[in-house]
Amino acid sequence: MSAFIELFLRFLPDLLSGAAMTLLLTAEGLAAGFVLGLLAALGRTYGSKVWHALATAYIELFRGTPLLMQIFLLYYGLPGFGITLSREWAAFLALGLNSGAYQAEYLRGSILAIGEGQMIAGRAIGLSRWKTIWHIILPQALRLAIPAWANEPVSLLKSTAVVFLIAVPELMAKAKAIAAKTYDPIGAYLAAAVLYLVMVYLLDAFMKWMERKSLIPGLETK
Amino acid sequence: MDSALILQARNLTKRYGANIIFQDISLDVQKGETIVIIGPSGTGKSTLLRCLNLLTHVDSGQIFLEGEEITAPGINEDRVRQQIGMVFQNFLLFNHLTALDNVMLGLTKVRKLPKPQAHEKAMHELARVGLADRAGHYPGQLSGGQQQRVAIARALAMDPKVMLFDEPTSALDPELIGEVLGVMAQLARENMTMLVVTHEMGFAREVADRIVFMEKGHIVEQGAPDDLFERPQHARTREFLWKITELYGKKEKK
Ligand SMILES: Nc1ncnc2c1ncn2[C@@H]1O[C@H](COP(=O)(O)OP(=O)(O)O)[C@@H](O)[C@H]1O
Ligand SMILES: [Mg+2]
Repeated sequence: MSAFIELFLRFLPDLLSGAAMTLLLTAEGLAAGFVLGLLAALGRTYGSKVWHALATAYIELFRGTPLLMQIFLLYYGLPGFGITLSREWAAFLALGLNSGAYQAEYLRGSILAIGEGQMIAGRAIGLSRWKTIWHIILPQALRLAIPAWANEPVSLLKSTAVVFLIAVPELMAKAKAIAAKTYDPIGAYLAAAVLYLVMVYLLDAFMKWMERKSLIPGLETK
Repeated sequence: MDSALILQARNLTKRYGANIIFQDISLDVQKGETIVIIGPSGTGKSTLLRCLNLLTHVDSGQIFLEGEEITAPGINEDRVRQQIGMVFQNFLLFNHLTALDNVMLGLTKVRKLPKPQAHEKAMHELARVGLADRAGHYPGQLSGGQQQRVAIARALAMDPKVMLFDEPTSALDPELIGEVLGVMAQLARENMTMLVVTHEMGFAREVADRIVFMEKGHIVEQGAPDDLFERPQHARTREFLWKITELYGKKEKK
């Protein structure tokens, strides 16, 4: 036990910088994924034929193939087309695209759940279709999506671990390096696990807080 | 053309697929008139109202609002809907907004009023329906009757030329119907032009200037309430009136 604590403290700066990279990738991927997911969800629900088709293809493609394959395609495959991405950019893009496909499904479900009535009511006072979507449908759909969507940050945070395979210096990569240096893989990976657990715990607490903040008075019990 | 004519429907036909919902319906609405439309369910009353404010589109025929054809190609439909208020059976308030914000939204986002003016106008409309003290409440915190009155205030805020009501009290508990009908009767007294689909025969009798009886996609008969109730010309009208008083008359007495 004391050996573990010693290792943990000795490599703490390394582990923390890895954890910071993990959090950065999670935040970036989540943000990019949110924008992509929202566009795809709107395409599936209210979009034109072309938009709908593009959104469907995107969602199917990125939910239907492994994340690791997507990362490798972006990092090792794109240079074949004359596009070379840095490791960080490849990781960011792959995580964003992948998360977006999942977020699209959460958002689509809640947009559909808001129902046609709210659209009709918006149109009836003279709002255009897109203004109704923006002012009426989305504010309600986003609130409604939170409980299901709240799984995504945690799931994405854990998914970032695979980008150590293209040597992005995140927590998993740091743990691997520490294991090689100390010949103590158990200690190294356990140390990383502790930090993953702390991050997941904090994220969960944040999502719960958001869920509470977003309740619409009078609708809590329905 | 009569200058007091505000809304005119000419030979409207509406189909859903092969289903003809109504055919060749014509209706002239005078400024300030209250028309009550009655008829069995599935007759096309809701569809007719929706066609009048372009929430759905007729397959043939024309609709004129103050002489302007609103069924003409290229018309700005959002602008037309702004001028025709609509109240729905299931209220359809914006659930994430307070009563005040429900009424203000159209003022700020459609009519582009500055916030202070929109606020003042919205409060005025809420007061008109007797709900100034509920401005900060969310729809989920209001009774059905209060929700429907907020919905009326929301429509009134746009200063509509015509108000359409589609069974505004059908989803309400009996003891809440009166407060909504009261607001509507008040509007009629203020000379709002109104088209009301309802089964409330007491309201129809007292408030309507004209009753229109629709069945199977046709206007069977129309006339002043006393004529229509006391001396219906068609057997179908008689049968319907008899049935509806049986059904709803009992409920009203309770
Ligand atoms: N969006 C729609 N698509 C297909 N059929 C519809 C639609 N809306 C209404 N209908 C049909 O039109 C007919 C008239 O409906 P409606 O106008 O609601 O009648 P009412 O309001 O008199 O009860 C019904 O048979 C109904 O099934
Ligand atoms: Mg109806």
